[in-house]
Amino acid sequence: MYPETYKYTNDHEWIDLATGRMGVTDYAQKQLGDIVFLELPEVGKTVKKGDQVGSVESVKAVSEVFAPMSGTVTEVNAALAEKPEAINHDAHGSWMVAIKTSDPAEAQDLLDAAKYAELIK
Amino acid sequence: MTTADHRDQLIFEQGTPGQRGYSLPAQDVPSAPLEGAIPEGLVRREVSGFPEVTEVGLVRHFTRLSTWNYGVDTGMYPLGSCTMKYNPKVNEAAARIRGFAELHPLAPDDVAQGALALMHALVQMLGEITGLPAVTLQPAAGAHGELTGMMMIRKHLTTRDGNPRKVVLIPDSAHGTNPASAHFCGYEVRQITSCARGNLSVSALAEAMTPDVAALMLTNPNTLGMFEDEICEAAQIVHAKGGLVYCDGANMNALIGRARPGDFGMDIMHLNLHKTFSTPHGGGGPGSGPVVAVKEMEPYLPTPVVVATRDGMHLDYERPLSVGRVKAFHGNFGMLVRAYAYIRSLGAEGIRKTAENAVLNANYVRARLRGTYEIPYDRLNMHEVIFSDHKQNEYGITTLDIAKRLIDLGFHPPTIYFPLIVHGALMVEPTESEGLAEMNRFVEAMQQIAEEAKTQPEMLKKAPVTTRRSRFDEATAARKPVLRWKAGL
Amino acid sequence: MTHPYIPNTDQDARLMLEAIGVPSIDALFEPIPAAVRLHRELDLPPALSEPDLLAHLGALAAQNADSSKVATFLGAGAYRHFAPCFIDQLLLRSEFYTAYTPYQPEIAQGTLQAIFEFQTLVCQLMGTDIANASMYDGSTAMTEAAMMACRMTKRDRVVVARTVHPHYREVLDTYAKNLGLTIVEAGFEADGTIDRAALADAARGAAAVILQYPNFFGVIEDPREAVEIAKAAGALSVAVVTEPVAMGLLVPPGSLGIDIVAGEMQAFGAPVGFGGPYCGVMAASEKCMRQMPGRFVGEATDTEGRKGYVLTLATREQHIRREKATSNICTNSGLMALAATMFMAAYGKQGLPALARLNFDKAHYAREAIVRAGGKAGVTARFAGPFFNEFVVGGLGDASAAQKRLLGSGLVAGLPLGRYYPELQDSLLVCVTELNGVEDIDRLAAALAG
Repeated sequence: MYPETYKYTNDHEWIDLATGRMGVTDYAQKQLGDIVFLELPEVGKTVKKGDQVGSVESVKAVSEVFAPMSGTVTEVNAALAEKPEAINHDAHGSWMVAIKTSDPAEAQDLLDAAKYAELIK
Repeated sequence: MTTADHRDQLIFEQGTPGQRGYSLPAQDVPSAPLEGAIPEGLVRREVSGFPEVTEVGLVRHFTRLSTWNYGVDTGMYPLGSCTMKYNPKVNEAAARIRGFAELHPLAPDDVAQGALALMHALVQMLGEITGLPAVTLQPAAGAHGELTGMMMIRKHLTTRDGNPRKVVLIPDSAHGTNPASAHFCGYEVRQITSCARGNLSVSALAEAMTPDVAALMLTNPNTLGMFEDEICEAAQIVHAKGGLVYCDGANMNALIGRARPGDFGMDIMHLNLHKTFSTPHGGGGPGSGPVVAVKEMEPYLPTPVVVATRDGMHLDYERPLSVGRVKAFHGNFGMLVRAYAYIRSLGAEGIRKTAENAVLNANYVRARLRGTYEIPYDRLNMHEVIFSDHKQNEYGITTLDIAKRLIDLGFHPPTIYFPLIVHGALMVEPTESEGLAEMNRFVEAMQQIAEEAKTQPEMLKKAPVTTRRSRFDEATAARKPVLRWKAGL
Repeated sequence: MTHPYIPNTDQDARLMLEAIGVPSIDALFEPIPAAVRLHRELDLPPALSEPDLLAHLGALAAQNADSSKVATFLGAGAYRHFAPCFIDQLLLRSEFYTAYTPYQPEIAQGTLQAIFEFQTLVCQLMGTDIANASMYDGSTAMTEAAMMACRMTKRDRVVVARTVHPHYREVLDTYAKNLGLTIVEAGFEADGTIDRAALADAARGAAAVILQYPNFFGVIEDPREAVEIAKAAGALSVAVVTEPVAMGLLVPPGSLGIDIVAGEMQAFGAPVGFGGPYCGVMAASEKCMRQMPGRFVGEATDTEGRKGYVLTLATREQHIRREKATSNICTNSGLMALAATMFMAAYGKQGLPALARLNFDKAHYAREAIVRAGGKAGVTARFAGPFFNEFVVGGLGDASAAQKRLLGSGLVAGLPLGRYYPELQDSLLVCVTELNGVEDIDRLAAALAG
């Protein structure tokens, strides 16, 4: 269910450290329900770990998305913004932004798949 | 169900070129040339997209639309926090008296004495009802009142200390307007977690009440329908640190004639005339949100203020400490006339009885539905009571299903999924407008739904089935918003 | 005996108290600390029966000089126009006026479709892509537009023309003070239009440039200049429309490149009513959609595939986003928007231009008559700029005194401008609509001449 190659946060984001791409977890999309809108940052934006990088909206809720690691936004997934409901079908295949991380040490604070699965039990 | 037919048409799809629904007074002056009178390029060629329909067609169209609505006059409207009480018909007649309806807001004071006297009298009455004598009638709605009240707090602190402070404390059970109003008045919002009883946690408040806190903003009775029994202690904590207490008056219907916010330490509050004082909600406005405050805050009231002098009523604009104006003209005067008529028709005893019956009805519903629905806070409540869908979740039935099924059984749904601190909340506020017989019918409908949740959950998922339209796909509507009609689409 | 609005009898109350398990009504209020319960009756005037109440209100109303008793030439943001009788009769359909906000779309299709039609009509009228479901009034709509422009441009200075309604500017100031926004006013030229140089100068680095169309003096500003100035400065252009009847005659602001229109729709079917309830609205280009305050109604399909309407894009609003919402506004002006919808549909494609033209004709006749009659006494048309149905009359000495003097002849001559513009102490703002007959206009002209 939760890919082993990803790392996770307590705020229900995932990040693929190999590519810097990140999104929200399957648990997060279930909590939100039908996703209707994504707010994505500008490419080039620098973020600190825990800063808001965007938001995910359902019909009656908004969830802020936080940067799992510090760095610079190198890509945003414009195609996903056009079809945000894809997150409901495949949250872990729907990346929102890619971050070029600036402090690899921060990865120590992230959860692995097993720990994250424990968290959402 | 019929397929799409003319009854589904928008007004733009009706009528035909050459039809008309208006008549103009005679042209009793010569026509003035447009040429040279209006700048080149600003003369409009046509108002495209506007319909051409006869009066008959218009009347049928809008009458048909009205039949697709449910109002208080259709039946019980137990919408928590909104106080959907009966809207007396004499109030509508009152607001339409020509001397009120046809009076221009900029008419000189000398020829608006009756209107000003009504406003002045309403100020006195609202001051007495709340125990807060400094009153403005200008705000157009509850949230507008909140913002005005926060502005007055800011002005008061600035005048007193030279420093407006930074933070407003708000309980987690609050209406969304509270944090938004504080924010739009330049304050940072800090949330206070409620205690296990659903009330304001006085210890959490004491901890949060730092010198940079301008105000505590709370609703009393709170959105769980509970009176904050430690309200006096809470007010003391805030006042001791030089802060002020703002009260959201949404639930004033529980208190009239039984308790006054000014007596339990509230410094300033707004009233919703469209809740407590019976002015109609109009399908989403207009409202009216007067603000009442302690005497000390009078200098900060928005301009102008109606004052009584020896030679009649006057609008006073010379108020150097005023927060300023919050709306053009004098507030939603038509709503003020209705509220005034309501208070005058009930008098002191009658208006006290509105609160008593509102509280009696809400407690009765709680007592009758105990065991059928979960009651997160099962003790004496005020004018509204919260249930949850916890017992029905077992069968896959949620608050939304219960609400939609109530429509089929002839009731407007309660407020749902609010307050946020109760999972799957159903917030029932019967108001004093319902009597025992109607309350019993509501209770029976709720009991029937609880039974259906066990035996026919699939049927509940499809509710409502008696309406012109079934549940809507709101996700698709939000993904690709269509916010207007366009020809040929 | 119960009151007509309260059904429970004493017998009912006894049964209910028993079911609750408390001995008395007093016991229900025990959660309120005894020290702060009210132990007396409120001190309110005595209750009145319905006939007595109507007599009392009738007596109060009789002290007001409404348009049935005096000939009134007041406009200034509140306009008297003829609303076909069917409008008020339909507003009294209780399914409309006793309904709540349409959060339950299955039983609110009437309100929802009417608002969808309102949004469409406003877009057509104003020449914009989108419009919201209405707001409190024009002054708050303009202020919300300014705040929206600040959010969208991430700037905190707003430029507003002094030819914008003074009340509107006061409201903007009130809000701005608390948010740390800077408001800069740009003056006007001798012809009653914006001082373009001052506007261009002030616009540098601003979030919004705000003008009124036609302006407070009734003068028709050319929005295209404000659009150019705003574009050059990277600001958004905002047009305030307080007299929407003018849109029957003028190219609408949206078609001229204006980004945001803040409107007051009172003229469309709401009585002047001593100032409210009115009907603000915000209409704008598509790019503003996610930042717009207030409600939107959108199209949707139900589970059977049938078309209908719902409140949509609610995540902008305070009940979802709380302090991060686009506004603290919670309601709209539903019933007034319904009145405006019916008014626009009734006058329609042919009627609105005809109504506008009649207003234009009468106002132009009136100004000429006033200047002709009063010229010798020094009465002047204050501004030479083009105008719609309002104009400023100057040379009256003390305009307040002139207004008072004419009250004696049953004329409310217009609005003395000195309170709002110290340099216009000698001037009245006069409004003439289709409801002012030629005899009254001639009487006004003669009376102003002294």
